[in-house]
Amino acid sequence: MIAYIIRRALYAVPLLIGVNILTFVLFFIVNSPDDMARLQLGQKHVTEQAITNWKQQHGYDLPLLWNDQAQSGQQLTETIFYQKSVGLFWFHFGISDSGRNISADIRERAWPSLAVALPSLAVGLWVDIAFALLMVLFRNTYLEFGGLVICVILMSVSSLFYIIGGQFIIAKLMCLVPISGYEEGFAAIKFLLLPVAIGVFAGIGSGVRWYRTLFLEEASKDYVRTARAKGLTETQVLFRHVLKNAMIPILTGVVVVLPTLFMGSLIMESFFSIPGLGSYTIDAINNQDFAIVRAMVFLGSVLYVFGLLLTDISYTLVDPRVRLS
Amino acid sequence: MSSFLSMKMPILLVLPVLLASLLACQPDTVLNNPYTDADSQQTVLYQSFSERPKHLDPAMAYSENEYAFIAQIYEPPLQYHYLKRPYQIIPLTSTNLPEVVYRDDKGQALPSDAEPARIAFTDYIITLQPGIRYQPHAALAKTEQGGYRYHHLDAQAIAPLKTLNDFASTGTRELLAEDYVYQIKRLAHPKNQSPIAEIMKNYIVGFADFAKQAKDLPKTAIKGMSLAGAVAVNDHQYRIRINGKYPQFIYWLAMPFFSPMPWEAEVFYNQLGLSDKNITLDWYPIGTGAYYLAENNPNRRMILQKNPYYHPETYPSEGEPEDRANGLLKDAGKTLPFIDKVVFTLEKETIPYWTKFLQGYYDASGIASDNFDQAIQFTGTGGLALTESMQAKGIQLQTAVQTSSFYLGFNMLDPLLGGTTEAARKLRQAIAIAIDEEEFIAIFMNGRGVAAQGVLPPGIFGFAEGQPGINPTVYDWQADKAQRKDIEVAKQLMAEAGYTNGIDPKTHGPLIVYFDTTATSVEDKPRMTWYRKQFEKLGIQLVIRATDYNRFQEKMRAGNAQIFAWGWNADYPDPENFFFLLYGPNGKVKYGGENAGNYQNPAFDRLFEQMRNMDNTPERYQIIQQMQAIVRQDAPWLFGLHPKQFSLFHSWFGNLKANLMANNELKYRRIDTAARADKRQQWNRPVVWPLLLAGVLLVLLILPAYQAYRKRTQQTLS
Repeated sequence: MIAYIIRRALYAVPLLIGVNILTFVLFFIVNSPDDMARLQLGQKHVTEQAITNWKQQHGYDLPLLWNDQAQSGQQLTETIFYQKSVGLFWFHFGISDSGRNISADIRERAWPSLAVALPSLAVGLWVDIAFALLMVLFRNTYLEFGGLVICVILMSVSSLFYIIGGQFIIAKLMCLVPISGYEEGFAAIKFLLLPVAIGVFAGIGSGVRWYRTLFLEEASKDYVRTARAKGLTETQVLFRHVLKNAMIPILTGVVVVLPTLFMGSLIMESFFSIPGLGSYTIDAINNQDFAIVRAMVFLGSVLYVFGLLLTDISYTLVDPRVRLS
Repeated sequence: MSSFLSMKMPILLVLPVLLASLLACQPDTVLNNPYTDADSQQTVLYQSFSERPKHLDPAMAYSENEYAFIAQIYEPPLQYHYLKRPYQIIPLTSTNLPEVVYRDDKGQALPSDAEPARIAFTDYIITLQPGIRYQPHAALAKTEQGGYRYHHLDAQAIAPLKTLNDFASTGTRELLAEDYVYQIKRLAHPKNQSPIAEIMKNYIVGFADFAKQAKDLPKTAIKGMSLAGAVAVNDHQYRIRINGKYPQFIYWLAMPFFSPMPWEAEVFYNQLGLSDKNITLDWYPIGTGAYYLAENNPNRRMILQKNPYYHPETYPSEGEPEDRANGLLKDAGKTLPFIDKVVFTLEKETIPYWTKFLQGYYDASGIASDNFDQAIQFTGTGGLALTESMQAKGIQLQTAVQTSSFYLGFNMLDPLLGGTTEAARKLRQAIAIAIDEEEFIAIFMNGRGVAAQGVLPPGIFGFAEGQPGINPTVYDWQADKAQRKDIEVAKQLMAEAGYTNGIDPKTHGPLIVYFDTTATSVEDKPRMTWYRKQFEKLGIQLVIRATDYNRFQEKMRAGNAQIFAWGWNADYPDPENFFFLLYGPNGKVKYGGENAGNYQNPAFDRLFEQMRNMDNTPERYQIIQQMQAIVRQDAPWLFGLHPKQFSLFHSWFGNLKANLMANNELKYRRIDTAARADKRQQWNRPVVWPLLLAGVLLVLLILPAYQAYRKRTQQTLS
């Protein structure tokens, strides 16, 4: 397995270089270093000299990808691309164009994002699986049909509607929890109740339908018939056998998102004033802060690759037939 | 599962019922308070911010949202009087207003009424109040031996730090004249990238040379360098020497750029490793103001705490005549500040922000378009007032016309609309009449604006009220108010310009003009459609060229735009700060200046040069009227509007008076915390019956399923 992991890690290197080049090209097609300087310096009294100073201070006074003026290897290294990208592979994200340390910002903002995302995922998974199993338990009845209709309705509604509706009913009309805000430690619970509840509720429709499909597929297999023939009750069949055997596709969906959980959710964090990473990249794009954009895209790519690797490894844990080679 | 269904499910269903019953028994419980109970021991003001500030270093900060914080922390030598109007500069850390000495090119002092042409330099001599001290700060902490405790930190000492508050000791020291001089040197150092550095090169003597010398040196090196235009005379007096006469310089001395900076702060923050923790001067200010930044998390919350060393300052005892009647002089002579702590919470979305305001968790609020109808209603006389629901909550409305001008500019370099020809001028005038700004304000701004009659907004010296102040090119004075001219007048001007019914004689089709804008979103579409319709009144076809901000700026710099929307917010309350936007040598294309329309009129430029160095005398007023007349006739701008600021404050918020120039107004404000606590209690009682209802409904839904399941499991096979 170690050889497999090393090989996958090495595969990731050209992939990450490619992502980095793509981010760089796309960003600088839209923004020039002069544009970035103007946006950072504000709208009043911005002179050419001030722009030159800004570029010099932030290392944007070099050519983008190739330096004709430099000698040999420096033609590649004395460029914005090299100077701004090489540190990423050591996870040195450096200083943002507005002057803040990016790694420190990510460390600080990741925890609140995780505080929302992790319980939402865990509770959501539990609720979705429970409802899906109940629907399988009552399959071919009006209860299943009704449940399916409700699921389709729930998944057809925008998540923004759940957020606004939830805030209106629970926080404004009923005054049960603060409408937005955040605190450190256990004091965060009262602020997290509503976003987590809404996150779970908004995911029920699609989640339940997806897990129901997985369970139904398992429920029609021979070993289930054997289990029933042995005299097991329907709930024993579902929880002891069907659930366990449906774990592989469930893991595929869950493990791959685990590493990216701390990247946060833009809308949820924005509406509930959760000081997470959700808006970090979008704000950076709006502020033309290339340092943050490249760092976050790079980090996102690394985490996605890592998530896929984790998924592969998790298969070996739940299914003894799977061997990584 | 069966045991789960039979035992745990009823318990789960009972839970909400139990919770609801518990809450119902405690009617005084408030569950939605987003703040900690510890805050109830202090006088705390709760505000919000929607965008995190980019800079808190007074050398770099220049935005309104940045000044909201740093103006409470840093103290320039001067400030604006809180109550008096027109705006008046008064001492803050200085004992008096600066002593102004004019000098000729040999450095000899000149009389105060000397001809501007003879004045080669002006000295501003500022004397500071003794005994002013800095806020408690780690940079000033000293050891028992008298050395600075935290000026030589190693990696091991820095590793466990997370914020500035992690430093165990703090210190303070007296404010010295050298600190003001040091800050002026910081403005000049290219590494600090001060937005006013390029302007100050034109004024402060030796500023440009200093910048050249300091260019490659570390930020801390400036302490030992001398700047000819800024010199500390002694511990409590310093002198700034500027080129020529520039009376507006006094306003700059009331801006945070000219606040003091102790050299110790720069030495402290420039230690290797602190910036990796975001512990920088740009994020942790050090000032002498009424407040210091106790918590800095720009992604969540910023907290200002009362500075324990704040120097004695009292609430003003004079103001405008109506201030006494409005209760604004009740605190006259009392020691500032009144509020212990100010909590700013990041609130990006309007819905939670507005809800929290209505629940009493924010003490003040602006009015977003979505909430306008809920807050404001039109009165029978066409005025605006609070709605009944707002009045029932005791909310106070404060309005003020902002010292800003928004306009549609014509690129004067454009062959069709620009230039000084009669045809182009008449075409611009016709468009100015056709675009109904009053309608724009009513439709798109909920009436929150005043149609502009000229360059200057109300409140700026030279602004004329009533009939003498109207733009006669666009308005007539009828029934004691400015009335926009009939569209037929505009059509007549079009005909005189050679475009009868909007037909271009060259193409024999409708005249086509281009509107360059950054309005690319769907929300902007109605506004753009409205503009098209305004031009259609004259038969002109308007083509909207919407691009992103970068491309738009490029067009403006290259002079490729034809019509564009632009605005200016006053740096200081002087007409020079508006008229310079039309001064020829400030043209954007030729000189990279702020004259975005590239307007150039020798007569106007001459008057501007004469007016800018004058004190506010009747003669200056007359010159301003002449300048207004020229631009009204030339119409390089289609004078748009001056926005009107609407602010809401709860009944417990006191000492409220809009001051659009001062940013350090928090120290004057007052909060009645007992009244606020009562109202919060009253407005936020939990409503629990829906929980009970939901529990019952859930039982009703699950019961048939449970019964069906039991029936199925107990069924015998046949």
